[in-house]
Amino acid sequence: MRYSLTTLLGQALMGNRGWRQAWRRPDPKPDYDVVIVGGGGHGLATAYYLAKEHGLSRVAVLEKGWIGNGNVGRNTTIIRSNYLLPGNTPFYEWSLKLWEGLEQDINYNAMVSQRGVLNLYHSDGQRDAYARRGNAMRMFGVDSDLLDREQVRAMVPYLDFDNARFPIQGGLIQRRGGTVRHDAVAWGYARAADQRGVDIIENCEVTGIDVIDGRAVGVMTTRGPIKAKKIGLAAAGNSSRVAAMAGLRLPIESHVLQAFVSEGVKPLIDNVVTFGAGHFYISQSDKGGLVFGGDIDGYNSYAWRGNLPMVEDVAECGMALMPMLGRLRMLRSWGGLMDMSMDGSPIIDRTPVDGLYLNAGWCYGGFKATPASGWCFAHTIARNEPHAFNAAMRLDRFASGRLIDEKGAGAQPNLH
Amino acid sequence: MNDSSPATPPQRSSAPVTAMRLMDGGLIDRSRTLGFTFDGTRYTGHPGDTLASALLANGVRLVGRSFKYHRPRGILTAGPEEPNALVELRTGARREPNTRATTIELYDGLVAASQNRWPSLQYDLLSINGLAGPLIGAGFYYKTFMWPAAWWEKVYEPLIRRAAGLGRASGVADPDHYDKGHLHCDVLVIGAGPSGLMAALAAGRAGARVVLCEEDSRLGGRALLDGRRIDQRPAADWVAAIEAELAAMPDVRILKRTSVVAAYDHGTFAAVERNNDHLAEPPAFAPRQTLWRIVAQRSVLAAGALERPLVFPGNDRPGVMLAGAARAYVNRFAVMPGRRAVVFATNDDAALTVTTLAEVGIDVAAVVDARSEMSPAMEAAARMASALLITGGAVTRVRGSLGVEGVEIRSADGRKTRIACDLLCMSGGWTPNLHLTCHQNNRPVWDARLAAFVPGNLPSGMAVAGAANGEMSTRSAIMRGAELGVAAAVACGFRAASPDLPPTDEESTSSSPLWRVTGVTGKAFVDFQNDVTVTDIGLAHREGFRSVEHMKRYTTLGMATDQGKTSSINGLALMAELTERSIPDTGITTFRPPYQPVALGTLAGHHRGKDFRPTRLTPTHAWAAERGAVFVETGAWLRAQWYPESGERDWLESVNREVRTVRNAVGVCDVSTLGKIDVQGPGAAGLLDFLYANTMSTLPVGRARYGLMLREDGFVMDDGTVSRFAPDHFVITTTTANAAKVLQHMEHALQWLRPDLEAAVVSISEQWAQFSIAGPRSRDVLQRVVDSPEAISNAAFPFMAIAETTVLGGLPARLFRISYSGELAYEIAVAAGYGEALIRAIMEQGRDFGIAPYGTETLGVLRIEKGHVAGNELSGQTTARDLGLGRMLAKKKDYIGRVLQERPALLAGDRPALVGLRPVDTGARLRAGAHLVASGQEPVAANDLGYVTSVAFSPTLGHWIGLALLSGGPARHGERVRVWDPVRSGDVLAEVCDTVFVDPKGERLHV
Amino acid sequence: MRIPCCYCGARGHEEFTYLGDATLARPSTEIGAPADDATAAAWHDYVYVRDNPSGRHRELWQHTGGCRAWLVVTRDTRTHEIHGVEAARDVALAREATHE
Repeated sequence: MRYSLTTLLGQALMGNRGWRQAWRRPDPKPDYDVVIVGGGGHGLATAYYLAKEHGLSRVAVLEKGWIGNGNVGRNTTIIRSNYLLPGNTPFYEWSLKLWEGLEQDINYNAMVSQRGVLNLYHSDGQRDAYARRGNAMRMFGVDSDLLDREQVRAMVPYLDFDNARFPIQGGLIQRRGGTVRHDAVAWGYARAADQRGVDIIENCEVTGIDVIDGRAVGVMTTRGPIKAKKIGLAAAGNSSRVAAMAGLRLPIESHVLQAFVSEGVKPLIDNVVTFGAGHFYISQSDKGGLVFGGDIDGYNSYAWRGNLPMVEDVAECGMALMPMLGRLRMLRSWGGLMDMSMDGSPIIDRTPVDGLYLNAGWCYGGFKATPASGWCFAHTIARNEPHAFNAAMRLDRFASGRLIDEKGAGAQPNLH
Repeated sequence: MNDSSPATPPQRSSAPVTAMRLMDGGLIDRSRTLGFTFDGTRYTGHPGDTLASALLANGVRLVGRSFKYHRPRGILTAGPEEPNALVELRTGARREPNTRATTIELYDGLVAASQNRWPSLQYDLLSINGLAGPLIGAGFYYKTFMWPAAWWEKVYEPLIRRAAGLGRASGVADPDHYDKGHLHCDVLVIGAGPSGLMAALAAGRAGARVVLCEEDSRLGGRALLDGRRIDQRPAADWVAAIEAELAAMPDVRILKRTSVVAAYDHGTFAAVERNNDHLAEPPAFAPRQTLWRIVAQRSVLAAGALERPLVFPGNDRPGVMLAGAARAYVNRFAVMPGRRAVVFATNDDAALTVTTLAEVGIDVAAVVDARSEMSPAMEAAARMASALLITGGAVTRVRGSLGVEGVEIRSADGRKTRIACDLLCMSGGWTPNLHLTCHQNNRPVWDARLAAFVPGNLPSGMAVAGAANGEMSTRSAIMRGAELGVAAAVACGFRAASPDLPPTDEESTSSSPLWRVTGVTGKAFVDFQNDVTVTDIGLAHREGFRSVEHMKRYTTLGMATDQGKTSSINGLALMAELTERSIPDTGITTFRPPYQPVALGTLAGHHRGKDFRPTRLTPTHAWAAERGAVFVETGAWLRAQWYPESGERDWLESVNREVRTVRNAVGVCDVSTLGKIDVQGPGAAGLLDFLYANTMSTLPVGRARYGLMLREDGFVMDDGTVSRFAPDHFVITTTTANAAKVLQHMEHALQWLRPDLEAAVVSISEQWAQFSIAGPRSRDVLQRVVDSPEAISNAAFPFMAIAETTVLGGLPARLFRISYSGELAYEIAVAAGYGEALIRAIMEQGRDFGIAPYGTETLGVLRIEKGHVAGNELSGQTTARDLGLGRMLAKKKDYIGRVLQERPALLAGDRPALVGLRPVDTGARLRAGAHLVASGQEPVAANDLGYVTSVAFSPTLGHWIGLALLSGGPARHGERVRVWDPVRSGDVLAEVCDTVFVDPKGERLHV
Repeated sequence: MRIPCCYCGARGHEEFTYLGDATLARPSTEIGAPADDATAAAWHDYVYVRDNPSGRHRELWQHTGGCRAWLVVTRDTRTHEIHGVEAARDVALAREATHE
């Protein structure tokens, strides 16, 4: 059912009784051309683009719980392509372009809101590092502007300009960056993929991967065995567990990242603002809640919960940056499992097992990548080779040394 | 149908009389009157009131507007679960949006305003949203606002944003401050109702260290609200006696106005104490709130239960109130929540509300019991209140818009009766308040008898007592509280005995759920604040959003400020009905911290403004400040950036002078911020060989060597100097930024990678003040400072010599002839406490030689002129070879980073490597962060050759110079590159050159 | 979380710094030996590849805000239950002893 003004009005007149399921609830078929493990944003987008761009409709997305249960439904909703390194920038820029056309493409309003992403700098060195990044973005045709202190003040006057421990000197802004209603991304891709024949199968946990003579041929699930010509893993924080079913060990640790939302208030913060003297980023949702977050908790975890010191750290950064937040209340905190890679950048690649493909290592930046990740993973699966956009996101880059280490933090996931 | 007699007309909210206050009773202080305003109208109340009770006492029923439909809303509850009565409390910088009127303690001069309405609470234009209901049901926005495409951001979204949100933030800095503290105890008791009090008493009497946290300003919980008797006296008296005993115990700490908001792992809890929210503003130097981090061996959760609303059309109108809340207003606040009431319930607990209302003269017109079988308790209550009892009935409609004017009741036989009333009390039963049991991913379990979820697996060390555990009667709550208090104390090693259990009233807790009234039309609300109706849940079901988490996210049920406290069970029961599953099969959404919303200021405590992070000051800070130095934040340190002199117009002029002074005479700079680590032991040399890429074991005693540390992945980690004072004693320096990291790295090597090495490392960064004295006259100055001038002659103390010596007549010092500036230079270190004395002496003795202090800017210029690498080059993305330091890599020993630096991509010839840059037009400015492309090439990614890492204006050369990482590196010396910096409108040509701009042969070091 | 340091007793985890997997052993590669695939693979695995188990995990923490001992903590990554804490140096010495 296509969403349009006509259907909307028509349904309103008939008491909204005619709306149909946004996606079907099929039972798994015995075999598929492609099985995607993981019904999060990346898995659903992959299925959609497999169908749309590569004409594959015998595709299933297997989700152990409900779709969107993973990080697509528990992030701070920020989109941007302000990356430094050439292995990343074109990929994220492609993602941003896909975001810009998303609602028309999938006929679903995920509320892509290009409010601008402002990264603040607090020292000359940080200014120059942001200039380096802004210049690198310009080389890829990506918008970026370096603002001085007064330009930042004009834009976000409520920051602490007068009494800050680390005075704000300016910022790098990407005006095309912004936010998206995160759950709607999962639902929108699910609905669009479903309309193209993709089977979205919830409550279907993958318990094993069949590998015969070095080739993946199917999966075992809680709803029975399913054969597949190709299998794509998009399991985020559970990537290591799923890959282990095919005998693979990954350059990944699973860590918890917390995110927070405040009570809803009238419009207060118009942009996405990130602090440069601590780990903190914030925006305001269309519903009025301030959505914010900080650093990962910092140790391996599969427990979907966070710790108190990080909550305090995030609040401290928030108050240092925006002392007007003091009387606003944190309403809810939550934790997601991040697939922290060893250089802080993702992997979209084939694996040493034929027919098995990997999409993982998103650290805590996977949400913004959702469209391009799906698009590139679909390409990699369908063509059995990466697209130029994800050509650098190889699994063997750790062996070769072709790392994509934006921060230069080295092989320690909790520093990325 | 028959109409019974009309009720008293609803009170006008402007009436400045406390018309609804009872003459006596309640826990309020009638001897004092407090004035307050709501929406500009003045009212009065008494100490002991909440804003909600005071508004009710004044006959104010309309308090707020809902989120989407802007429906008029009143006061639903008497506690922190309130979804409707949210106000903006206080004004100006202290304005707090979305504050629950039911938890605001009244103070004199309180100012509150309703929110989310325009132009006024009574006439709110956006209430037309209610008429558009069918168009703007659950999730409507996902299906629309897409045409034309460009309109989303220009038209639709701005409108949505303006309409969204409830209250208004102050928008200015919070003037209050906040505190944090740690508490350690044996037993934490959460909630001071009957069960919590008994638990605290039992554990306290056993001698355990007890912390008792109560959200309210008073202990007692429901005992204060229900009007029952405990221990053959009014419950409040019993509470007072227990409180007195607890307060007298030295190891019991009672925290009132303290909400335990989160349960973390291993018995760690977060609690928020509202120290001064009950005052107009905190007293001077007192915090508004305190965040307590409580560590407890055992905890007893006694958080009570929350009453469930019933779901029927018009259940949100002002004047519809939870039955338990209605009697709380009577019993605790001596307020009549109405004059003529109807009670609609599914359980016997509501019978107490019937009798309570009747006792104070409220006319109970009807008691509607949804259960089909006659309840003896309800029948007795109705008889006592002379109320019409309708068993098996339901309220099907509520009349009145801004307030209840009457209800329509459907009897078991389908007959409809209209009854006028101004108060409708409802009770759908009680839900254990088990939030904290679920913060560590435990799931509650369904109790069919109670028709409620009860705690399932518990966090380690936690036990649950009373209504929070489904023990709904006061008697069972008291019994279990005592039992768990004893058990907790015993578990902590105390001998404990149960206190005597006080006798309590008989009470019936029989209950049977009714999830919604069927066969009705009109908006029946499930989530009040977010305006989620039964219809919305039906729509979510129809569109496949059937998992409770999908339903929640699609309809926003449970996402309002009360986080589903009053709505989530009803919502999931409705979804269970639609999907024909049981409630436990349908599941429950996750409980996430915090249990109550927490002010961000509280979580931040003192860490804001200048106190966001500690500030480290150098030993010469006071001296530098005295001289008018300009300071700069470098990590945690505040360092002198430059020392302006009179007549200098800008920083560049000052820095140029400082640089020239060093190059031509002598300068002094505080370099105490460098990390300094003492390494001792027979294994010290071996340790340093393992840690540094170059060899240190060959370093002679009395000499220093530059050292390069790699990470195990082969990239450069840090650099510094290594000085050998004895065969088994080294002192190393690190960069300022990496001091802590390098120490950890060394300890890791010593304790984990190479336990065979016998050595010890310790940070001595704080213990030593260290100054660089640089310039051709530096030896002249130093010879006037050290006690043995002859010992530092060029011959006796050559470049890279080090020594322990004394200065200023016996002050022990360490002297290093090392140079960052490329000049004849020394670093001298003394005990940190003598740092200021030493720099004053150096300045004094150096006056004859033209000495000047210099700051971090000059330090940077000097090192760039010499091509030394620093933080900008040690970016974690560069190898030793990239930095032109490949020759330092030892070939005959193992060291961290040795193997992986040989990976193919790290040896590739096109890797960016360090070069120098000089502008072709010497008037042009270079900037760090600019990218490089070959001269004449377009600045696109494919042509990107690298970037400028560091720049400086070189007063020695008279133009800007730069260091850069350039693909191909030194092989490009002599080529011209475009230095492209569009974000600062820069685009200049530069020539690639050697990195050493001054004294390339290094002759000045040795003079 | 509270980590029972072998020297200081149970302390909040914020006093500690996390490093990661404690089951990894640094490969010993002869100086000057030609780089072969096995060596490359061993180093790659040591620096970059992790079991990342959902369950018991032996991991390195340092009590940086206390005694500065490196510790091997055995913790369940699903529940955060801590099954044991050993001084890293003792573990390392025992490891060396078994290798010799």
